[in-house]
Amino acid sequence: MAARAARELDDGFFVNLGIGIPTLVANYIDDDIDVTLQSENGILGLGPFPTEDAVDADIINAGKQTITELRRTAYVSSADSFAMIRGGHIDASILGAMEVSQGGDLSNWMVPGKMVKGPGGAMDLVAGVKRIIVLMDHVDKAGNPKFRRENTLPYTGRNVVDMIVTDLAVFERENRSSPFRLIELAPGVTAQDVAERTEAEYLA
Amino acid sequence: MVQKIYSDAASALDGLLFDGMTIVAGGFGLCGIPETLIDGILAAGTTGITAISNNAGVDDFGLGLLLRRRQIKKMISSYVGENKEFERQYLSGELELEFCPQGTLAERIRAGGAGIPGFYTATGVGTLVAEGKELKEFGGMTYVLETGLTADLALVKAWRADRYGNLVFRKSARNFNPMAATAGKVTIAEVEEFVDELDPDHIHTPSIYVQRLIAATRNEKRIERRTTSAVPA
Repeated sequence: MAARAARELDDGFFVNLGIGIPTLVANYIDDDIDVTLQSENGILGLGPFPTEDAVDADIINAGKQTITELRRTAYVSSADSFAMIRGGHIDASILGAMEVSQGGDLSNWMVPGKMVKGPGGAMDLVAGVKRIIVLMDHVDKAGNPKFRRENTLPYTGRNVVDMIVTDLAVFERENRSSPFRLIELAPGVTAQDVAERTEAEYLA
Repeated sequence: MVQKIYSDAASALDGLLFDGMTIVAGGFGLCGIPETLIDGILAAGTTGITAISNNAGVDDFGLGLLLRRRQIKKMISSYVGENKEFERQYLSGELELEFCPQGTLAERIRAGGAGIPGFYTATGVGTLVAEGKELKEFGGMTYVLETGLTADLALVKAWRADRYGNLVFRKSARNFNPMAATAGKVTIAEVEEFVDELDPDHIHTPSIYVQRLIAATRNEKRIERRTTSAVPA
Protein backbone atom coordinates (compact mmCIF):
# COMPACT_ATOMS: atom_id res chain seq x y z
CA MET A 1 0.00 0.00 0.00
CA ALA A 2 2.78 2.37 0.96
CA ALA A 3 4.62 1.61 -2.28
CA ARG A 4 1.48 2.28 -4.33
CA ALA A 5 0.81 5.56 -2.57
CA ALA A 6 4.41 6.66 -3.15
CA ARG A 7 3.76 6.48 -6.92
CA GLU A 8 1.30 9.38 -6.53
CA LEU A 9 4.08 11.77 -5.56
CA ASP A 10 5.57 13.92 -8.31
CA ASP A 11 8.93 15.62 -8.66
CA GLY A 12 9.02 18.85 -6.66
CA PHE A 13 6.12 17.95 -4.38
CA PHE A 14 5.83 19.08 -0.77
CA VAL A 15 4.17 16.24 1.14
CA ASN A 16 2.89 15.59 4.65
CA LEU A 17 2.78 11.94 5.71
CA GLY A 18 0.43 10.87 8.51
CA ILE A 19 1.44 8.81 11.51
CA GLY A 20 1.69 5.00 11.20
CA ILE A 21 1.67 3.21 7.84
CA PRO A 22 1.69 6.50 5.84
CA THR A 23 5.12 7.25 7.37
CA LEU A 24 6.43 4.18 5.48
CA VAL A 25 5.64 5.84 2.16
CA ALA A 26 8.94 7.72 2.52
CA ASN A 27 10.81 4.42 2.01
CA TYR A 28 9.26 3.93 -1.43
CA ILE A 29 9.78 7.32 -3.04
CA ASP A 30 11.74 6.84 -6.26
CA ASP A 31 15.32 8.15 -6.13
CA ASP A 32 14.68 10.12 -9.35
CA ILE A 33 11.86 12.07 -7.69
CA ASP A 34 12.63 15.04 -5.46
CA VAL A 35 10.02 15.22 -2.71
CA THR A 36 10.22 17.47 0.35
CA LEU A 37 8.49 15.99 3.39
CA GLN A 38 6.80 18.33 5.86
CA SER A 39 6.01 17.51 9.45
CA GLU A 40 3.33 19.58 11.18
CA ASN A 41 5.32 20.08 14.38
CA GLY A 42 7.48 22.48 12.39
CA ILE A 43 9.91 20.82 9.96
CA LEU A 44 10.07 21.33 6.22
CA GLY A 45 12.54 18.80 4.82
CA LEU A 46 12.45 15.66 6.97
CA GLY A 47 15.41 13.32 6.84
CA PRO A 48 15.50 9.58 7.59
CA PHE A 49 15.73 8.04 11.08
CA PRO A 50 19.09 8.68 12.77
CA THR A 51 21.73 6.13 13.64
CA GLU A 52 21.90 5.48 17.39
CA ASP A 53 24.74 7.95 17.93
CA ALA A 54 23.00 10.71 15.95
CA VAL A 55 19.76 10.77 18.00
CA ASP A 56 18.80 14.34 18.92
CA ALA A 57 15.82 14.89 21.25
CA ASP A 58 15.16 18.26 19.60
CA ILE A 59 14.60 16.68 16.17
CA ILE A 60 11.35 14.73 16.14
CA ASN A 61 8.57 14.28 13.61
CA ALA A 62 4.83 14.63 14.25
CA GLY A 63 4.72 10.99 15.39
CA LYS A 64 7.29 11.94 18.06
CA GLN A 65 9.87 9.70 16.39
CA THR A 66 13.48 10.82 16.31
CA ILE A 67 14.54 11.82 12.81
CA THR A 68 17.31 13.74 11.05
CA GLU A 69 17.59 17.00 9.16
CA LEU A 70 18.73 17.49 5.57
CA ARG A 71 20.68 20.27 3.89
CA ARG A 72 17.38 21.74 2.73
CA THR A 73 15.68 21.56 6.13
CA ALA A 74 13.87 24.58 7.56
CA TYR A 75 12.45 24.63 11.07
CA VAL A 76 9.38 26.76 11.67
CA SER A 77 6.90 27.41 14.49
CA SER A 78 3.64 25.48 14.71
CA ALA A 79 1.75 28.56 13.46
CA ASP A 80 4.00 28.83 10.40
CA SER A 81 3.79 25.09 9.82
CA PHE A 82 0.00 25.22 9.71
CA ALA A 83 0.11 28.30 7.50
CA MET A 84 1.82 26.02 4.96
CA ILE A 85 -0.88 23.39 5.49
CA ARG A 86 -3.99 25.54 5.80
CA GLY A 87 -2.79 27.98 3.17
CA GLY A 88 -2.77 25.34 0.44
CA HIS A 89 1.02 25.19 0.01
CA ILE A 90 1.34 21.43 0.58
CA ASP A 91 0.78 19.35 -2.56
CA ALA A 92 -0.35 16.09 -0.98
CA SER A 93 -1.01 14.41 2.33
CA ILE A 94 -1.20 10.66 2.86
CA LEU A 95 -3.31 9.74 5.89
CA GLY A 96 -4.73 6.68 7.61
CA ALA A 97 -8.48 6.26 8.01
CA MET A 98 -11.08 4.41 10.05
CA GLU A 99 -13.80 5.12 7.45
CA VAL A 100 -14.17 6.95 4.14
CA SER A 101 -17.57 7.65 2.58
CA GLN A 102 -18.44 7.58 -1.13
CA GLY A 103 -18.72 11.36 -0.90
CA GLY A 104 -15.12 11.63 0.30
CA ASP A 105 -15.84 12.22 4.00
CA LEU A 106 -13.00 11.09 6.26
CA SER A 107 -13.24 9.74 9.81
CA ASN A 108 -9.95 8.95 11.51
CA TRP A 109 -9.80 10.56 14.95
CA MET A 110 -12.52 9.36 17.27
CA VAL A 111 -14.50 6.29 18.30
CA PRO A 112 -17.34 7.40 20.64
CA GLY A 113 -17.33 5.53 23.93
CA LYS A 114 -13.61 4.87 23.71
CA MET A 115 -10.84 7.10 25.00
CA VAL A 116 -10.38 9.87 22.49
CA LYS A 117 -6.84 11.03 21.89
CA GLY A 118 -7.72 14.08 19.82
CA PRO A 119 -7.57 15.21 16.21
CA GLY A 120 -3.96 16.45 16.27
CA GLY A 121 -3.28 18.05 12.90
CA ALA A 122 -5.52 15.81 10.78
CA MET A 123 -8.43 18.27 10.51
CA ASP A 124 -6.09 21.04 9.37
CA LEU A 125 -4.43 18.77 6.82
CA VAL A 126 -7.68 17.70 5.17
CA ALA A 127 -8.93 21.29 5.16
CA GLY A 128 -5.89 22.78 3.47
CA VAL A 129 -3.74 20.28 1.56
CA LYS A 130 -4.38 20.15 -2.20
CA ARG A 131 -4.71 16.37 -2.55
CA ILE A 132 -5.66 13.90 0.19
CA ILE A 133 -4.70 10.25 -0.29
CA VAL A 134 -6.04 7.74 2.23
CA LEU A 135 -4.13 4.57 3.00
CA MET A 136 -6.20 1.96 4.83
CA ASP A 137 -7.10 -1.72 5.10
CA HIS A 138 -10.12 -2.45 2.96
CA VAL A 139 -12.10 -3.91 5.88
CA ASP A 140 -11.76 -3.47 9.64
CA LYS A 141 -10.70 -6.19 12.10
CA ALA A 142 -14.30 -7.46 12.29
CA GLY A 143 -14.46 -7.66 8.48
CA ASN A 144 -16.70 -4.60 8.00
CA PRO A 145 -16.15 -2.44 4.92
CA LYS A 146 -14.32 0.82 5.65
CA PHE A 147 -15.28 2.44 2.32
CA ARG A 148 -18.92 3.20 3.06
CA ARG A 149 -22.05 4.95 1.82
CA GLU A 150 -21.94 7.10 4.92
CA ASN A 151 -19.50 7.13 7.80
CA THR A 152 -20.67 5.97 11.22
CA LEU A 153 -17.84 7.68 13.11
CA PRO A 154 -17.34 11.42 13.77
CA TYR A 155 -15.85 13.27 10.84
CA THR A 156 -12.33 14.59 10.47
CA GLY A 157 -13.46 16.44 7.34
CA ARG A 158 -16.33 16.43 4.84
CA ASN A 159 -15.72 15.77 1.13
CA VAL A 160 -11.94 15.90 1.47
CA VAL A 161 -10.59 12.57 0.12
CA ASP A 162 -9.28 12.36 -3.46
CA MET A 163 -7.84 8.84 -3.57
CA ILE A 164 -8.13 5.66 -1.51
CA VAL A 165 -5.39 3.01 -1.52
CA THR A 166 -6.31 -0.23 0.28
CA ASP A 167 -4.77 -3.69 0.46
CA LEU A 168 -7.25 -4.75 -2.27
CA ALA A 169 -7.72 -1.82 -4.62
CA VAL A 170 -7.21 1.81 -5.55
CA PHE A 171 -10.11 4.25 -5.98
CA GLU A 172 -9.76 7.73 -7.37
CA ARG A 173 -12.03 10.59 -8.35
CA GLU A 174 -11.51 13.39 -10.84
CA ASN A 175 -12.58 16.16 -8.53
CA ARG A 176 -14.55 16.67 -5.36
CA SER A 177 -17.89 16.67 -7.21
CA SER A 178 -17.32 13.32 -8.94
CA PRO A 179 -17.81 9.78 -7.67
CA PHE A 180 -14.89 7.47 -6.93
CA ARG A 181 -13.82 5.04 -9.64
CA LEU A 182 -12.10 1.70 -9.10
CA ILE A 183 -8.86 2.16 -11.03
CA GLU A 184 -6.63 -0.72 -9.86
CA LEU A 185 -6.79 -4.12 -8.24
CA ALA A 186 -4.08 -5.57 -6.03
CA PRO A 187 -2.37 -8.69 -7.46
CA GLY A 188 -4.66 -11.71 -7.25
CA VAL A 189 -7.72 -9.63 -6.29
CA THR A 190 -10.82 -9.56 -8.52
CA ALA A 191 -13.36 -6.78 -9.01
CA GLN A 192 -15.87 -9.16 -7.45
CA ASP A 193 -13.70 -9.48 -4.30
CA VAL A 194 -13.65 -5.70 -3.99
CA ALA A 195 -17.40 -5.33 -4.58
CA GLU A 196 -18.16 -7.88 -1.86
CA ARG A 197 -16.07 -5.98 0.67
CA THR A 198 -17.19 -2.45 -0.19
CA GLU A 199 -20.34 -0.70 0.97
CA ALA A 200 -19.78 2.53 -0.97
CA GLU A 201 -21.07 3.00 -4.50
CA TYR A 202 -18.30 3.55 -7.02
CA LEU A 203 -17.74 3.44 -10.75
CA ALA A 204 -16.21 0.18 -11.88
CA MET B 1 18.24 48.13 33.02
CA VAL B 2 15.44 45.85 34.16
CA GLN B 3 16.84 42.66 35.60
CA LYS B 4 14.99 39.79 33.98
CA ILE B 5 17.16 36.87 35.02
CA TYR B 6 15.90 35.10 38.14
CA SER B 7 17.87 32.63 40.19
CA ASP B 8 15.46 29.70 39.93
CA ALA B 9 11.91 28.62 39.01
CA ALA B 10 10.47 29.44 42.46
CA SER B 11 11.67 33.05 42.37
CA ALA B 12 10.63 33.52 38.73
CA LEU B 13 7.13 32.22 39.51
CA ASP B 14 6.83 34.23 42.73
CA GLY B 15 3.74 36.45 42.80
CA LEU B 16 2.36 35.10 39.53
CA LEU B 17 0.56 31.94 40.58
CA PHE B 18 -3.02 31.68 41.82
CA ASP B 19 -5.64 28.95 41.93
CA GLY B 20 -7.91 28.92 38.87
CA MET B 21 -5.37 30.61 36.60
CA THR B 22 -4.78 29.95 32.90
CA ILE B 23 -1.32 28.89 31.76
CA VAL B 24 -0.14 28.48 28.17
CA ALA B 25 2.92 26.27 27.66
CA GLY B 26 5.11 25.64 24.64
CA GLY B 27 6.10 22.17 23.51
CA PHE B 28 5.05 19.39 21.15
CA GLY B 29 4.86 15.98 22.80
CA LEU B 30 7.82 16.05 25.16
CA CYS B 31 9.91 18.18 22.79
CA GLY B 32 10.62 21.79 23.79
CA ILE B 33 8.62 21.71 27.02
CA PRO B 34 9.43 23.99 29.98
CA GLU B 35 10.56 21.17 32.29
CA THR B 36 12.12 23.36 34.95
CA LEU B 37 9.11 25.69 35.27
CA ILE B 38 6.66 22.77 35.38
CA ASP B 39 8.64 21.49 38.38
CA GLY B 40 8.25 24.96 39.91
CA ILE B 41 4.46 24.88 39.56
CA LEU B 42 4.43 21.36 40.93
CA ALA B 43 6.31 22.60 44.00
CA ALA B 44 4.04 25.65 44.39
CA GLY B 45 0.95 23.42 44.43
CA THR B 46 -1.26 25.81 42.42
CA THR B 47 -4.62 24.18 41.62
CA GLY B 48 -7.58 24.66 39.27
CA ILE B 49 -5.25 25.44 36.37
CA THR B 50 -6.56 25.72 32.82
CA ALA B 51 -3.62 24.56 30.70
CA ILE B 52 -3.33 25.51 27.04
CA SER B 53 -0.84 23.10 25.52
CA ASN B 54 -0.78 20.96 22.39
CA ASN B 55 -0.27 17.80 24.48
CA ALA B 56 -0.63 16.73 28.10
CA GLY B 57 2.76 15.10 28.63
CA VAL B 58 3.03 11.49 29.75
CA ASP B 59 2.21 10.05 33.18
CA ASP B 60 5.49 10.99 34.80
CA PHE B 61 6.83 13.80 32.62
CA GLY B 62 5.77 17.21 31.36
CA LEU B 63 2.27 18.41 32.21
CA GLY B 64 1.49 14.82 33.22
CA LEU B 65 3.24 15.64 36.51
CA LEU B 66 0.71 18.40 37.23
CA LEU B 67 -2.19 16.17 36.17
CA ARG B 68 -1.06 13.44 38.54
CA ARG B 69 -1.12 15.95 41.41
CA ARG B 70 -4.59 17.11 40.32
CA GLN B 71 -3.40 20.67 39.76
CA ILE B 72 -5.02 20.96 36.31
CA LYS B 73 -8.79 21.47 36.00
CA LYS B 74 -9.02 21.86 32.25
CA MET B 75 -6.83 21.18 29.20
CA ILE B 76 -7.12 22.91 25.82
CA SER B 77 -5.16 20.57 23.53
CA SER B 78 -5.09 18.91 20.13
CA TYR B 79 -3.83 15.48 21.17
CA VAL B 80 -3.69 13.84 24.59
CA GLY B 81 -2.80 10.21 23.92
CA GLU B 82 0.01 8.44 25.80
CA ASN B 83 -1.24 9.45 29.25
CA LYS B 84 -3.11 6.92 31.43
CA GLU B 85 -3.73 9.27 34.35
CA PHE B 86 -5.17 11.83 31.95
CA GLU B 87 -7.51 9.16 30.59
CA ARG B 88 -8.66 8.13 34.07
CA GLN B 89 -9.40 11.70 35.20
CA TYR B 90 -11.14 12.56 31.95
CA LEU B 91 -13.36 9.47 31.91
CA SER B 92 -14.32 9.99 35.58
CA GLY B 93 -15.27 13.61 34.84
CA GLU B 94 -12.58 15.13 37.08
CA LEU B 95 -10.83 16.83 34.18
CA GLU B 96 -12.35 19.07 31.52
CA LEU B 97 -11.01 18.87 28.00
CA GLU B 98 -11.43 21.18 25.02
CA PHE B 99 -10.15 19.59 21.84
CA CYS B 100 -8.81 21.98 19.29
CA PRO B 101 -7.27 20.99 15.93
CA GLN B 102 -3.53 21.52 16.11
CA GLY B 103 -3.28 24.27 13.51
CA THR B 104 -6.29 26.03 14.96
CA LEU B 105 -4.69 25.85 18.42
CA ALA B 106 -1.44 27.34 17.14
CA GLU B 107 -3.34 30.11 15.38
CA ARG B 108 -5.61 30.79 18.39
CA ILE B 109 -2.54 31.33 20.57
CA ARG B 110 -0.84 33.41 17.87
CA ALA B 111 -4.00 35.49 17.39
CA GLY B 112 -4.48 35.98 21.12
CA GLY B 113 -0.93 37.27 21.46
CA ALA B 114 -1.38 39.53 18.43
CA GLY B 115 -4.57 41.15 19.72
CA ILE B 116 -6.89 39.34 17.34
CA PRO B 117 -10.00 38.09 19.18
CA GLY B 118 -11.20 35.71 16.48
CA PHE B 119 -10.59 34.41 12.96
CA TYR B 120 -12.28 32.14 10.41
CA THR B 121 -10.79 28.85 9.29
CA ALA B 122 -11.93 25.93 7.12
CA THR B 123 -10.40 23.49 9.61
CA GLY B 124 -13.06 21.47 11.41
CA VAL B 125 -16.06 22.67 9.39
CA GLY B 126 -18.68 19.91 9.37
CA THR B 127 -17.12 18.15 12.38
CA LEU B 128 -17.70 18.05 16.14
CA VAL B 129 -15.15 20.80 16.80
CA ALA B 130 -17.26 23.33 14.85
CA GLU B 131 -20.50 22.55 16.69
CA GLY B 132 -22.09 25.62 18.25
CA LYS B 133 -19.63 27.97 16.52
CA GLU B 134 -20.48 30.68 14.00
CA LEU B 135 -20.07 29.74 10.33
CA LYS B 136 -19.48 32.18 7.51
CA GLU B 137 -19.14 31.92 3.74
CA PHE B 138 -16.18 33.45 1.91
CA GLY B 139 -15.96 32.92 -1.86
CA GLY B 140 -18.40 30.02 -1.75
CA MET B 141 -16.50 28.14 0.98
CA THR B 142 -17.63 27.70 4.59
CA TYR B 143 -15.41 28.73 7.47
CA VAL B 144 -15.81 28.52 11.25
CA LEU B 145 -15.12 31.28 13.75
CA GLU B 146 -12.39 30.41 16.25
CA THR B 147 -11.35 32.67 19.12
CA GLY B 148 -7.92 33.91 20.12
CA LEU B 149 -6.40 32.57 23.34
CA THR B 150 -4.46 34.43 26.01
CA ALA B 151 -3.27 33.30 29.42
CA ASP B 152 -2.31 34.69 32.82
CA LEU B 153 1.10 33.12 32.42
CA ALA B 154 3.13 31.73 29.52
CA LEU B 155 5.91 29.21 30.03
CA VAL B 156 8.42 28.60 27.27
CA LYS B 157 11.62 26.67 26.75
CA ALA B 158 14.35 28.37 24.74
CA TRP B 159 17.73 27.12 23.63
CA ARG B 160 19.61 30.42 23.85
CA ALA B 161 18.82 33.83 25.25
CA ASP B 162 20.59 37.08 25.96
CA ARG B 163 20.01 38.98 29.21
CA TYR B 164 17.38 41.16 27.51
CA GLY B 165 15.20 38.11 26.90
CA ASN B 166 15.66 37.75 23.16
CA LEU B 167 15.14 34.04 22.48
CA VAL B 168 16.32 31.45 20.02
CA PHE B 169 14.73 28.00 19.92
CA ARG B 170 16.44 24.86 18.71
CA LYS B 171 15.24 22.77 15.75
CA SER B 172 11.81 21.16 16.23
CA ALA B 173 11.78 22.23 19.91
CA ARG B 174 10.54 25.59 18.59
CA ASN B 175 6.98 24.33 17.85
CA PHE B 176 4.41 26.19 20.01
CA ASN B 177 6.97 28.19 22.02
CA PRO B 178 7.04 31.41 19.94
CA MET B 179 3.24 31.74 19.99
CA ALA B 180 2.99 30.86 23.68
CA ALA B 181 5.52 33.58 24.47
CA THR B 182 3.24 36.23 22.96
CA ALA B 183 0.04 35.08 24.67
CA GLY B 184 0.89 35.41 28.37
CA LYS B 185 0.22 38.48 30.52
CA VAL B 186 3.59 37.47 31.90
CA THR B 187 5.98 35.18 30.03
CA ILE B 188 8.77 33.24 31.67
CA ALA B 189 11.42 31.58 29.53
CA GLU B 190 13.68 28.84 30.79
CA VAL B 191 16.87 28.86 28.83
CA GLU B 192 19.43 26.16 28.15
CA GLU B 193 22.24 28.62 27.57
CA PHE B 194 22.66 32.35 28.18
CA VAL B 195 24.90 34.14 25.71
CA ASP B 196 26.31 37.67 25.65
CA GLU B 197 25.10 38.41 22.19
CA LEU B 198 22.65 37.03 19.65
CA ASP B 199 22.58 37.82 15.96
CA PRO B 200 19.66 40.30 15.68
CA ASP B 201 18.68 38.66 12.40
CA HIS B 202 18.35 35.25 14.03
CA ILE B 203 16.08 35.97 16.98
CA HIS B 204 12.85 33.94 17.02
CA THR B 205 11.15 35.68 19.95
CA PRO B 206 12.10 39.32 20.68
CA SER B 207 12.53 40.45 24.27
CA ILE B 208 9.31 42.48 24.40
CA TYR B 209 7.38 39.23 24.96
CA VAL B 210 9.61 37.90 27.74
CA GLN B 211 9.37 39.33 31.25
CA ARG B 212 11.35 36.79 33.27
CA LEU B 213 14.18 34.36 32.52
CA ILE B 214 15.80 31.46 34.31
CA ALA B 215 18.55 29.06 33.47
CA ALA B 216 16.89 25.70 32.79
CA THR B 217 18.13 23.27 35.42
CA ARG B 218 16.13 20.36 34.07
CA ASN B 219 16.97 19.47 30.47
CA GLU B 220 16.10 15.81 30.48
CA LYS B 221 14.49 16.09 27.02
CA ARG B 222 12.91 12.71 27.26
CA ILE B 223 12.31 11.01 23.88
CA GLU B 224 8.87 9.50 23.35
CA ARG B 225 9.72 7.29 20.38
CA ARG B 226 13.40 6.68 19.93
CA THR B 227 13.48 5.45 16.33
CA THR B 228 16.83 4.65 14.74
CA SER B 229 18.28 3.21 11.60
CA ALA B 230 21.35 1.04 11.12
CA VAL B 231 22.16 2.95 7.95
CA PRO B 232 23.77 6.40 8.29
CA ALA B 233 21.51 9.21 7.12
